[in-house]
Amino acid sequence: MKKLILAVLACTALWGNSTSYAICLPDDNTDDLFLDTVLVVKGVDVVATKRQEIISAQTISGVDLERLNSQSVADALRYFSGVQIKDYGGIGGIKTVNIRSMGTNHVGVFYNGVQLGNAQNGQVDLGRYSLENIEAISLYNGQKSNIFQSAKDFSTSSAIYITTKRPTFANGRNYQLIAEMKTGSFGLANPSVLVNYKLSDKVSLSASAEYTYANGKYRFRYRRLQLDGQVAYDTTAVRENGDVEALRAELGLYGLLNGGKWNINGYFYTSERGIPGAIVNNVFRRGERQWDKSAFGQGSFEKRINDWYELKLTGKFAWDYSNFLRDDPKELYLNNHYYQKEVYLSLANLFKLTDWWSLSAAIDGQLNSMDADLTDFAYPTRWTELAVVATAFDFGKIKAQASLLGTFIQESTRSRKTYTASANKKELSPAVFVNYRPWHNRDVEFYGFFKRIFRMPTFNDLYYTEIGNANLDPEYTYQYDLGLSVKKFLTHEFFDYVGIKADGYYNAVTNKIIAYPTGQQFRWTMINLGKVKIAGVEVAGDVASHVDKVDMKLHVQYTYQKARDYTDPEDSFYGDQIPYIPWHSLSVSYNANWKGWDLNYSFIYTGKRYNEQENIRFNYEPPWYTHDMSLSKSFTVGACNLKITGELNNIFNQAYEVIHNYPMPGRNFRIAVKLKI
Amino acid sequence: MCHYRLIMARTILPSLMLGIVSISTILSSCERDDVMIDIVKTQVTTPAYTDVEGFYLLNEGNMGGNKSTLDYFNAREGVYYKNIYAERNPNVVKELGDVGNDLLIYGSKLYAVINCSHKVEVMNVEDATRVTQIDIPNCRYAVGKDGYVYVSSYVGPVQVDPTAPKGAVFKVDTLSMEITGSVEVGYQPEEMTIIGNRLYVANSGGYRVPDYDNTISVIDLDNFTLSDVIMLDESANFHRLEHDRYGRLWLSSRGNYYGDMNSNLYVIDPVGKQIIKDMHMPVSDMWVDDNMLYVISAEWSYVTGKNTVSYAKIDMDNMEVVDRNIIKDGTDEKIKIPYGIAVDPVTKDIYVTDAKSYVVSGTLYCFDKDGICKWKQTAGQIPAHFAFKGNIAEE
Repeated sequence: MKKLILAVLACTALWGNSTSYAICLPDDNTDDLFLDTVLVVKGVDVVATKRQEIISAQTISGVDLERLNSQSVADALRYFSGVQIKDYGGIGGIKTVNIRSMGTNHVGVFYNGVQLGNAQNGQVDLGRYSLENIEAISLYNGQKSNIFQSAKDFSTSSAIYITTKRPTFANGRNYQLIAEMKTGSFGLANPSVLVNYKLSDKVSLSASAEYTYANGKYRFRYRRLQLDGQVAYDTTAVRENGDVEALRAELGLYGLLNGGKWNINGYFYTSERGIPGAIVNNVFRRGERQWDKSAFGQGSFEKRINDWYELKLTGKFAWDYSNFLRDDPKELYLNNHYYQKEVYLSLANLFKLTDWWSLSAAIDGQLNSMDADLTDFAYPTRWTELAVVATAFDFGKIKAQASLLGTFIQESTRSRKTYTASANKKELSPAVFVNYRPWHNRDVEFYGFFKRIFRMPTFNDLYYTEIGNANLDPEYTYQYDLGLSVKKFLTHEFFDYVGIKADGYYNAVTNKIIAYPTGQQFRWTMINLGKVKIAGVEVAGDVASHVDKVDMKLHVQYTYQKARDYTDPEDSFYGDQIPYIPWHSLSVSYNANWKGWDLNYSFIYTGKRYNEQENIRFNYEPPWYTHDMSLSKSFTVGACNLKITGELNNIFNQAYEVIHNYPMPGRNFRIAVKLKI
Repeated sequence: MCHYRLIMARTILPSLMLGIVSISTILSSCERDDVMIDIVKTQVTTPAYTDVEGFYLLNEGNMGGNKSTLDYFNAREGVYYKNIYAERNPNVVKELGDVGNDLLIYGSKLYAVINCSHKVEVMNVEDATRVTQIDIPNCRYAVGKDGYVYVSSYVGPVQVDPTAPKGAVFKVDTLSMEITGSVEVGYQPEEMTIIGNRLYVANSGGYRVPDYDNTISVIDLDNFTLSDVIMLDESANFHRLEHDRYGRLWLSSRGNYYGDMNSNLYVIDPVGKQIIKDMHMPVSDMWVDDNMLYVISAEWSYVTGKNTVSYAKIDMDNMEVVDRNIIKDGTDEKIKIPYGIAVDPVTKDIYVTDAKSYVVSGTLYCFDKDGICKWKQTAGQIPAHFAFKGNIAEE
């Protein structure tokens, strides 16, 4: 594998005319999404000086996002460094992300700046967030290094920010309409519409709706060879019970103020889906189904009061419902309903003390509660208060930020049985971010951060009937990161831009919450026992070039991770790679654009992994890789812009699994027609 | 200049594409991961020649993992064969299956009850090659008598209330390997035992918390009908069931989760339908050898945050505990979750499996009759169910 990587690097270096290249899209034109008017002049963002993050995110936005062969946010994240997607397959399958091997529960997902919560299991299914109305997806290791933000933004080990499209209007117009229809494999029908309307100079409205239906059927293949190379078995079957039907509707109001802005968003989602389940011997079809409803409203208000003080108010109310039904004559009947509520309020303050020194303070409050019709359910309620103080220094070449977050948690339960609530928690979490630019031209940056943070046990960890353990403590992560970014805009005959970003990091996860055997009927309880040490290297490179009128972009990212279990030397898996973390992962995407034609090719590789703790043959998961391709053409017809896209995914029809016994789709296609007025 | 551009256009673009394709070619060439996992042989002890040729050991594997595997210990060679099913039956799609729950040798056949694959795998006892599979939904345990194998199942074929399915016992003709009938029993039935022409089934109701089942169903094998129900007020959630030579039933309860009902062992009079003796002893698994009952247990306590492990040997004739410490050499310190137990009917060697954390390879320990460890061997995931092969008198 090492040879392989060298070969790849050598290869790519050759194409790059022996210039090292690499990537992280030129992010200066994409960050600062909170600015309402971003002028982009040939890749240079005129408002870049506004930037307050001292370590830039990995970001995909705008046109680049549209070009990806991706249905959901989870698909798009495959192009980021350090990210592992858990994908159960198909359009309706759960897709969660794990960043730098610390675990899904340590990833905060923020939708338009406010965290998407799931107190029940701490995981957000990113397969449910389509890219249809998304403007940008950004990934931050540690946290967004901007001190003027809510306390919640400081509270996760890493964070994904999903930002929806804000209304933009062409000159002299007061409306915009985007309509799209997609169809393709899996019986997909996916119409969507987005309407922006300018209510006044200062206020605009955005409404969008999307419907998704798919029968979810796809062929998959299992094949084994005998020791002598003869075929032992080779079977192809159709994935059943993977259908999904979903409706999403969103409404947003965006306003500008003198020295500020505000917005209010409403979100509604409803779905029914089959849960296709694991494919095991003699069971190729299952009957579980799930219904979800999710609604939230959120708003924020941000204003510069005077030269030295700014404030930001954020609030959210969310309601979630889920119904799981197992009605299969071979299985025991199960029909459970879950309800969750969340209320959240935040006030953030920024004080500019001098040109080079600012201070911030934010205070957040959150309430989570959960109901379920499980026997002897604990009906937990959690109050969380977060307070953070942070400071930022800007000495020109050196920028630094430090923050200290205090988290205070109180829980209560009500139950017929003697469920005690988890004890109150108090945690102090520090973080430090530093950036050094040795030269004035900003082309070369060195940066690094340290962060210690924790995740709370989820309601399932604490209270799940017969398994939960209310005595759990939080799970801690320690992160150390050093990185280098070099980027150069060129006025070359062919090359317009090269960039490379490299990070080395070390993480430790302690007090890890794991399932522990009890020897009883329901076998497990949750305990704090587990220690993982993770060392990794991420390298990403970008090259933008042109030949005549063909513009080309190449993005390559490679991640190496050693994520080893150091829980107990007595364990047979002591020192082994933790489940589902590949040592090597790689993605390459290439784009060529010519007179409205747009060609994309991408290749994603995930190296060998193990699906359980022991790194033995029985747990071995082979590497997988897919080649995807798309071609689109834009036309302008009068005032309309029309774009037709054809996508072909998994071109070589690879049979692969991301999760053991959950086969992924083979070759599949998609066609989209998009109309912009 | 224009010429130069053209050259670049002709070289850069194709070379980029070529590069991408070459990466994938390199990566593709690494592929050779689809070969089955073969048998691993280990010499674990010296060969011994008795009427017992050896035993099969069924590893359960975790639900959804499809990692149930079959091991074989050949006593006459002293060799342990790990994971024999796949290589002996290469054409079975996705191998042995998901969650092996019981193993039975009856006649010349080996029956593996694979719970989450909803089948009973029937193999030749000589070499574990497949004879056939019998589809029984949610099957749990198997016993044999007079040319028939009886299989308990969590879900019977006909349900009055599909939201609270009653279990059943299926009757399989071992000549035709067809299901010839079924009898509805209690909720989530587990182990069975046969005394004369009566088959007793321990019902658990384990998925009806807190309304556990507290009955033993009695089936008349002459006409294969439910003939009686033994209801016990003192306990519920039954699991293991054996009988002794005086016709008494030995019944284990899993208890419940909250600590107001502990796992326990009872001696039952099936005629008088009452408890003869409360043994005050938790049970995970038990094994009858002659008049001796060997018991292992692991019980979790939220108070101490630990599992309490215990062992016992009981004289079934006088219902007295003979020994509470059947492992004498301190090896028990290393066993985290004793999960399965068996006793060689000839040598009286004691076999104990350690399931550890359930998600790792378990360990099989062999102790001599005095409780001294003779050998140990890494087995599959959750090693649990034994079936001795050889010239052994059937119960």
